[in-house]
Amino acid sequence: MKETSFDVAVIGAGVTGCAIARELSRYNLKVCVTEREEDVCSGTSKANSAIVHAGYDAVPGSQKARFNVEGNRMMEALSKDLEFDFKQNGSLVLCFAQEDMPALEELYQKGVTNGVEGLQILTGDQVREMEPNVTDTVVAALYAPTGGIVCPFGLTIALAENACENGVEFLFNTGIESVKKTESGYDLEAGDTLIHASCVVNAAGVYADTFHNMVSEKKIHITPRKGDYCLLDKEAGTHVSHTIFQLPGKLGKGILVAPTVHGNLLTGPTARDIEDKEGTATTADGLAEVMEKAGLGVKNIPFRQVITSFCGLRAHEDGDDFLIGEAEDAPGFFDAAGIESPGLSSAPAIGVYLAELVAAKLGAEKKESWNGKRKGFLRPEKMSREERAALIKEHPEYGTIICRCEGVSEGEILDAIHRRPGAVSLDGIKRRVRQGMGRCQAGFCTPRTMEILARELGITMEEICKNAPGSNMLTGEKQEGAAL
Amino acid sequence: MMEHDIVIIGGGPAGLAAAVAARKAGIQDILILERDSCLGGILNQCIHNGFGLHTFKEELTGPEYAARYIAMAEEEKIPYRLNTMVIDISKEKEVTFINREEGLSTVKAKAVILAMGCRERPRGALNIPGYRPAGIYSAGTAQRLMNIEGYSVGKEVVILGSGDIGLIMARRMTLEGAKVKVVAELMPYSGGLKRNIVQCLDDYGIPLKLSHTVVDIQGKERVTGITLAEVGPDRKPIPGTEEHYDCDTLLLSVGLIPENELSRGIGVTMSPVTSGPEVNDCLETSQEGIFACGNVLHVHDLVDYVSEEATLAGRNAAAYVQAMEKSSEEESGEESGEKAGKKAGHQVPLKAENGVRYTVPQTLDIVNMQDSVTVRFRVADVYKDRYITVSYDGNTVLRRKKKVLAPGEMEQIVLKKESFSDYPELKNIVIRTEVE
Repeated sequence: MKETSFDVAVIGAGVTGCAIARELSRYNLKVCVTEREEDVCSGTSKANSAIVHAGYDAVPGSQKARFNVEGNRMMEALSKDLEFDFKQNGSLVLCFAQEDMPALEELYQKGVTNGVEGLQILTGDQVREMEPNVTDTVVAALYAPTGGIVCPFGLTIALAENACENGVEFLFNTGIESVKKTESGYDLEAGDTLIHASCVVNAAGVYADTFHNMVSEKKIHITPRKGDYCLLDKEAGTHVSHTIFQLPGKLGKGILVAPTVHGNLLTGPTARDIEDKEGTATTADGLAEVMEKAGLGVKNIPFRQVITSFCGLRAHEDGDDFLIGEAEDAPGFFDAAGIESPGLSSAPAIGVYLAELVAAKLGAEKKESWNGKRKGFLRPEKMSREERAALIKEHPEYGTIICRCEGVSEGEILDAIHRRPGAVSLDGIKRRVRQGMGRCQAGFCTPRTMEILARELGITMEEICKNAPGSNMLTGEKQEGAAL
Repeated sequence: MMEHDIVIIGGGPAGLAAAVAARKAGIQDILILERDSCLGGILNQCIHNGFGLHTFKEELTGPEYAARYIAMAEEEKIPYRLNTMVIDISKEKEVTFINREEGLSTVKAKAVILAMGCRERPRGALNIPGYRPAGIYSAGTAQRLMNIEGYSVGKEVVILGSGDIGLIMARRMTLEGAKVKVVAELMPYSGGLKRNIVQCLDDYGIPLKLSHTVVDIQGKERVTGITLAEVGPDRKPIPGTEEHYDCDTLLLSVGLIPENELSRGIGVTMSPVTSGPEVNDCLETSQEGIFACGNVLHVHDLVDYVSEEATLAGRNAAAYVQAMEKSSEEESGEESGEKAGKKAGHQVPLKAENGVRYTVPQTLDIVNMQDSVTVRFRVADVYKDRYITVSYDGNTVLRRKKKVLAPGEMEQIVLKKESFSDYPELKNIVIRTEVE
């Protein structure tokens, strides 16, 4: 058995775990992040609405309200420090009937109480002026200028890279099987690896209840709440410019329509409670519901231009709020559990809060050498002509385009593989540099990307996986001399 | 900025045939820009035979067919750049491209020929529910991995879509030792050529299930199975008809889409039916001096017709450049009269009606046209014993009986210039199918 010791072990390399890890990296602490998948951002963090919520939705006084509003306020500065895509595009909550106006007012009041700035109630005509494709049935809307959109991969990977740069160790393909209390802290077992940690941070998404319940008698229960989405081609990306929500009302919870920071159009999610924590299969019903309900708020959505659909699982805790802090009966075991929406928005604030608690527990000091800045990926497509030409002259690999749809060069794919933590799978490359994320969904570039990945990692083509081990792309080398 | 007479975007069958034709028509200064590492385009991975029956009167494989045109281009010493991606074309015909050697370059062309080909529709475009594991390939991607790279992509295979690539791949994978369990087709008819159904499915005992689609994909890491269901006339799955298949691979052959990012960037008028540019009888787009041919214009099923179409585009681009030069010699000091040498034209729209989905070209200049023009089109459904008719301003001028018409087989008719002599004021040409 391989034994290692850390001051803090964070379970889960999703956006919450990575945000906590980055904040912990400010301190003189030996920190690891364990992740059962091959890469960061492989669970709920990769499949969500990519929204930075303003914070009017959460119950005043709740953890969700607190961390959402704080996280929202942090996001802009963080996006500059860590160079990920974020845009404050503003959000609208549509109201379809006069009788629902009190509910809209209530939402406004909640937002004010939560400390959300700039909220306004607009008339139907004002809304249609801002968003010409909003349906004619809209009578009013709550406008939140602080609502935003973010690249969830970009945010998570940026946090992870910056944590790594500051000394955090990432342990992939490390699915924790047991957590046991010891005299000095906790023992975490994963296959043939034993991790001793003084403190544990549980950021395991839909599995957070499993780990919490291993050490605490105060049991929690998380229900995976499934959400199907459709992503549309960039040609449809300007169909709306704000994030369009529907007021929960007689039509149910509603489906959002939003542009993404990369210029696509996203619609979803459905909300269905399931038991299977691996149940990320989309369903025909779910996708049909997305298309039908999205159309209630926004007209003429060109669903012919869907390029992919996907499903994510919200980690819904029975108490309907985030569970953040040290477990009452398990000192040194910190939960970031029940992180469903607005989890992406809240992650930076949760990171700060929990890291401070953990550091205080361990009496850790802040490092002098901490570097909170991270350079984003080079994006030749966004450069000026002169800059791009100069880059290719010095590094010719930026002159070979591998992904035609998104214009991704070999140089960018090499960056995705060689930065730390680096991509080891096709999906890892996709989430870092968008190779294969365009309208042909990796039809053209898959063979080329596989070759580059095999060459750079020194593995065979047959070993290349789409994502987790077992997701091999090939089933073997062709037989020699086989009949044509 | 470097200048060229003709810049051709794409070195596949369309680009090569256009280049050779333009050179034979007397244009010396031609440049082909190809993004792959060799000329020939998608033909290089089509190692089956059946190419060239019309063009060369013999049966060739894809690489052999490509090699003939590459040899012609080499013989004519037509310059080309490989591994070169065109990222922008302006209305002024400034073509910007990148590659490792030259970095970012822009050249100015007198004429541009668009020959970028097409791409496959992915799973996402169909919104097939289920998991998203490895083992779901578009048929062409699998074909490349097998035929160019030499790898096996799967052992137990279900194919959705009976387009030609799907049919060819059913045979190819069977020959490589894979078990192809079924080919499912959403429509009540195949989208592929009849001969491919016979030679690729029937000969190998592979069942073709018409009016069926995939309603679920199982397997978290790699595909472990799929569920097929029958669809009704509305193409929606019929509950209770679900059938499970164990498989490790799902191949999709569900349609091709002309690859027109660059065309849209220029701002040429696009046809919503073909997803390609609208063109006149010279295969010139709405932007003067910018021509289009091959699968970027509309998806073909036979490369022979791509070559024929591209030859025409090459010749017309050459004529355009020559007319431009002539006019600038004659009228130096004045604006170069692009249409010099031509009489005032009379463009007539071609209308597709009653079962005819589209036509290429979309307009015809009955004054300046060649002696004859081939009009290509596809029908919307499978029809038996129907007539194809052509009418000029309501007068039927051509009526041809067809035993079978199918969307998978491109049709063509030839319109002769002399047929327009009685219609100097012609308003429209209508092509339609008729029952009697």
